[in-house]
Amino acid sequence: MNRGASWFNVTSIVVGFAFLYLPIVILVIFSFNESRLVTVWGGFSTKWYVEMLHNKQLLDAAWVTLRVAFTSATVATVLGTIGALVLARMGRFRGRSLFSGMIYAPLVMPDVILGLSLLLLFVAINQDRGFWTVMLAHTTFGMCYVAVVVQSRLVGFDRSLEEAAMDLGCPPVKTFFLITLPLILPGVLAGWMLAFTLSLDDLVIASFTTGPGATTLPMKIYSQVRLGVTPEINAVCTILVVLVTVGVIVASLVTKRREFSRLRDERMAAAAP
Amino acid sequence: MSRFLARAGKRLAGRWAVIGIPYAWLLFFFLVPFLIVIKISLSEVTIAIPPYLPTIDLAEGWSSIRDAISQFSFENYIWLTEDDLYWKSYLSSIQIAGISTLITLLVGYPLAYGMARAPSQWRPTLVMLVILPFWTSFLIRVYAWIGILKNEGLLNQFLLWLGVIDDPLIILNTNWAVYIGIVYSYLPFMVLPLYATLEKMDHSLLEAAEDLGCPPWKAFWQITVPLSLPGILAGSFLVFIPAVGEFVIPDLLGGSNTLMIGKTLWVEFFSNRDWPVSSAVAVILLLILVVPIVLFQNQQQKMQERDK
Amino acid sequence: MAKKPIGPIRRTFAPWDDPEQRPFIEFRNVTKRFGDFTAVDNLSQTIYEREFFALLGGSGCGKTTLMRMLAGFETPTEGEIFLDGKSLKGVPPYHRPVNMMFQSYALFPHMSVADNIAFGLKQDGVPKSEISERVAEMLRLVKLEAFGKRKPHQLSGGQRQRVALARSLAKRPKVLLLDEPLAALDKKLREDTQFELMDLQMDMGLTFLIVTHDQEEAMTVADRIAVMDSGRIIQVATPPEIYEGPNSRFVADFIGDINIFESKVVAKSAEGTRLHATDLGVEFDVGQTTAANVGDTVGFGIRPEKISVSLDKPEKDFVVEAEVWDIGYLGDISTFHCHTMNEVALRASVANVTRLVERPIAWDDKVWLTWGRDAGVILVD
Repeated sequence: MNRGASWFNVTSIVVGFAFLYLPIVILVIFSFNESRLVTVWGGFSTKWYVEMLHNKQLLDAAWVTLRVAFTSATVATVLGTIGALVLARMGRFRGRSLFSGMIYAPLVMPDVILGLSLLLLFVAINQDRGFWTVMLAHTTFGMCYVAVVVQSRLVGFDRSLEEAAMDLGCPPVKTFFLITLPLILPGVLAGWMLAFTLSLDDLVIASFTTGPGATTLPMKIYSQVRLGVTPEINAVCTILVVLVTVGVIVASLVTKRREFSRLRDERMAAAAP
Repeated sequence: MSRFLARAGKRLAGRWAVIGIPYAWLLFFFLVPFLIVIKISLSEVTIAIPPYLPTIDLAEGWSSIRDAISQFSFENYIWLTEDDLYWKSYLSSIQIAGISTLITLLVGYPLAYGMARAPSQWRPTLVMLVILPFWTSFLIRVYAWIGILKNEGLLNQFLLWLGVIDDPLIILNTNWAVYIGIVYSYLPFMVLPLYATLEKMDHSLLEAAEDLGCPPWKAFWQITVPLSLPGILAGSFLVFIPAVGEFVIPDLLGGSNTLMIGKTLWVEFFSNRDWPVSSAVAVILLLILVVPIVLFQNQQQKMQERDK
Repeated sequence: MAKKPIGPIRRTFAPWDDPEQRPFIEFRNVTKRFGDFTAVDNLSQTIYEREFFALLGGSGCGKTTLMRMLAGFETPTEGEIFLDGKSLKGVPPYHRPVNMMFQSYALFPHMSVADNIAFGLKQDGVPKSEISERVAEMLRLVKLEAFGKRKPHQLSGGQRQRVALARSLAKRPKVLLLDEPLAALDKKLREDTQFELMDLQMDMGLTFLIVTHDQEEAMTVADRIAVMDSGRIIQVATPPEIYEGPNSRFVADFIGDINIFESKVVAKSAEGTRLHATDLGVEFDVGQTTAANVGDTVGFGIRPEKISVSLDKPEKDFVVEAEVWDIGYLGDISTFHCHTMNEVALRASVANVTRLVERPIAWDDKVWLTWGRDAGVILVD
């Protein structure tokens, strides 16, 4: 089975991952570049990190971005989880296909269309653009991603646990909070992280829906890139990459540890009389 | 009897409240905006705030709406057909997205296949490694490619040093840079559905084929590839549809003759300040994408039914 | 059509025969349809208090659907269900005094054993002190006193089953529903648990309704068994009545092993019927009356253990000559698969009452088969 295909597999994986990670690695390396140029190495220096910390505009943008991401991800998670419940548990109802369509469409819709349409909505209702309009926009597409992630968790969920709870006297809403939610929590959290990252990363929709005083970090980076670039941008990017990497590694280690102790318990129990 | 009705009513009301909340949100923030886009696409541009006519003043009621509808025209759409730029952009976008999707498939399939065949204890780590770049900023990664692909960039430095080429390759600001950029950014969207499908595949099918005299490479084409079709389709939709309307990549990596509709729309909106034409562009783009989007949703539904 | 039991059978618990007794659970013309498919077809049945009632049937017969309607997880398309005189129409599962023990146990994985057992009591707002007392009582009952703090994944399969049982009994429900509760256990554990369940039910004076496809299980634990097929109940009777007096070929064939021969009614009298088994070529008396007429063809069912097998031709009214084709040695009994002279297959079984390894009857031996008046049963449909 694995004979013959083996070296091909290993090569594909190595090449594939090299392709994925090389740009990031290069980015990180050049954030420590002494010279102003982004592609010619001039020596090791951390001065760009220092400059970055003094760049008020940049830090402001970062702060705005974090706040938008956090709030929109949280609201998106609540709405998306309810949406997932509707898709997975409410069976057929009038208007279900439209609802399902509205959940799946934003996943593939080009950002420019989403951004334009939301801006025109805000103009039509005379809403001033700024922090809240960006946040509402991000919440909207975030909730669709959360709904898809949580829905796949709910579909695989053991319904007999919910039935057992109801059989023992627990009404449906209480059953959701006491039984279902705790058990799908990993999926819900994964949804939150997904919505958070997408918000953090969004350029196009934010550009359309933002207003004065609410420039996001991607917008700032984009404008810098167009004007002319110093390794300061690399420094910003490196920080983001490091933060994300640490977060993902921690999350996966935590899950691994829980899995391991769980397996160990199960093995002990099976061995017992 | 009335208590029974009240209780039944309360339960039904609860159900509709749960359905209603996300439904209402999406109707207002997703569907209504599209209707507004359509409306604006039928309007006239003007120098005012907002920069279009007619505006509907709901306070004036139905007469204002009727008035506005009478002023609607398809002028903007006619304008789109008259200027070469637009239909060329649409075609070019579809072409670029199509080629990129194909390249992504060719690059992503071996990677997904390798991952699915890897020892099972490594697989979660490999999946995590594929997802990790996705968590880091999209913009950042596209920006990194500028440094690699430009004339004084790292790729050219490397190739010159190797002696493979004498003059730097001109890659940046051409369509090729856009292909690389799209493939790079959307690779996880292709790899993950493919991996999910390939991993679930029953290996004993391949063993049965070999047992019946089929060499491995043939078994790959006759068994593995057809069985991985759902993954191929899902990945292709997830790459193609957003790629058609992609803005950042053609803007940063493409040249002035890289025509993509996302860029055209942006320029129309931010530089020319022509909201009605931008809206018309968006509506046409949406119409073009409706078919793939509906196909994508159908495919998702079918896969869900099967998994149940 | 109720058959008269053969011989006096002493029963101390038979509320279904007592006209004074009021039914405890009543299914009245209950039908359940899923689209085109009818899972339960116009079914009416009563169950009495303190009964251990079994629903027995193959997959798809509707037994699980029926039970779920009683629990409240499905609503009847037609008909009504009554519990202790009150209709259950419109009553959701969390308001019914019925508890269910799930086939998969459905223990809440994020709660400890004690919390699982206490769950139902907490929903009723029972005071904390009472809850801990009741949980301790339940743990003692299922012999898991030291396991209160453990989580389900730290328990073995048998232990999880006991927790599921304890959880479903904690609220002292009027009716306990058991959905194939012993399916996942190995044979020895299953047998022990069956007897434990019976003791539990009698001691606590509860009504149990068990759904199973395992006939031995139903026969062991139940006071009455309802054999179901395609959404209907074919026969409801006590285990001996079902086994010895099946009312149809379906029930006769479903429970245990049976030989069925098409026979012609030769003569009828007040004490019995004389049949001629066409394929076997013998005539014999059956100590049972039938509504069929002389000349009609009926089925004659006789179980393997009721056929006597001997190497020497016995002095009896009739004998059937056969050759031993195959022997199934099961330890406690030996089953002889025999072929008569005209290729009719018969199964006869004999208890192995001695410890001989070399049995007297071997393959290809010629044997003589016969049976008594009260050995077999007439099956009309």
